[in-house]
Amino acid sequence: MFANNEIGTIEPVAQIGQIARKHGVLFHTDAVQAYTQVPIDVEEMNIDMLSVSGHKIYGPKGIGFLYIRKGVKIRSFVHGGAQERRRRAGTENVAGIIGLARAAELALSDREERTAREKEIRDHIIERIEREIPFAILNGDRTNRLPGNVNFSFQYIEGESLLILLDGKGICASSGSACTSGSLDPSHVLLAIGLAHETAHGSLRITLGMHNTLEQADYLVDSLKEIVRHLRDMSPLYADMVKADMVKKVS
Amino acid sequence: MYSEKVMDHFQNPRNVGEIEQASGIGTVGNAKCGDIMRMYLDIDENQVIQDCKFKTFGCGAAVATSSMATELVMGKTVDEALLVTNKAVMEALDGLPPVKVHCSLLAEEAIHAALWDYAGRQGITIDGLEKPKNDISEEEEDEEY
Repeated sequence: MFANNEIGTIEPVAQIGQIARKHGVLFHTDAVQAYTQVPIDVEEMNIDMLSVSGHKIYGPKGIGFLYIRKGVKIRSFVHGGAQERRRRAGTENVAGIIGLARAAELALSDREERTAREKEIRDHIIERIEREIPFAILNGDRTNRLPGNVNFSFQYIEGESLLILLDGKGICASSGSACTSGSLDPSHVLLAIGLAHETAHGSLRITLGMHNTLEQADYLVDSLKEIVRHLRDMSPLYADMVKADMVKKVS
Repeated sequence: MYSEKVMDHFQNPRNVGEIEQASGIGTVGNAKCGDIMRMYLDIDENQVIQDCKFKTFGCGAAVATSSMATELVMGKTVDEALLVTNKAVMEALDGLPPVKVHCSLLAEEAIHAALWDYAGRQGITIDGLEKPKNDISEEEEDEEY
């Protein structure tokens, strides 16, 4: 992955590409989250193949593209017709392709200005949460992250409850809790960066887009503060922490 | 995916809190799975549950089932409370999505864990009550010091 979809970390793709090239290894990167958000140069970064999807660049859903470096041969896994120079059978989705191309054109043309704005809003949210909501842990790198990605774990509460109450306030987000994935384990990404299970269960991912504003960011944080407080008041884990803390202070 | 009753119990949970000097406290669940419920019971000398409070760490269904469980045992005798099953909790909530049924099982166990604690403190046995599988009350006590 060029950039991680959950915690927004931008990977050292150029270094990886260099190592791959040195050892004659083909290098493919999933750039779905990163394309038009960060600069990508397939030559400089020694990238042999790269995937992009329309739905993450304000384009149509159900279409994407695979960049393949000249000289790299791939096998088809959709057989039948000779479309796309025998790489993928089936009549091309022309409307989708045109939509994707136009989306890419538009998103690349204002990348710097658009992402600078998103970063400002992103950082405002991060600063406010760190200042105003206790026991909140930022997941991922503070600066080397996607311009629109915010991911926090709010200790002592659970993610799905957060989402339902946020939804009630007209805010859509996602969580790394098990309840939202249908499995018993929370997000493998959060576990991999070393979070305890119960902390991972209390995580919230907020992603910004080009239409979001600072006013919305403030509304989000104000709502979050209220919701986190409400859920902590119900939480046995929070109650236990408070008691243990009081015992510590007295002794 | 949740019924109106579940959403109501989640957004306006009944009987959230603790009971100081409770007759019985039960904690069930697992931080790894993401659900922990704690039930407090105040039981009088006639074995009637005069008050019941809960605290829950978990999803919408976890909060709703524990909230509903407190309503269903409130005012009942210990023996009557034992009869409150996860099915009763689910029916009272107009059903749960299949993937959330285990939350109702946990709510039933929370009641049993609190009753088990009460029985232990009173030095009695309650007919038909065994120590619940997911009871983590003892583990918690160990961790405090």
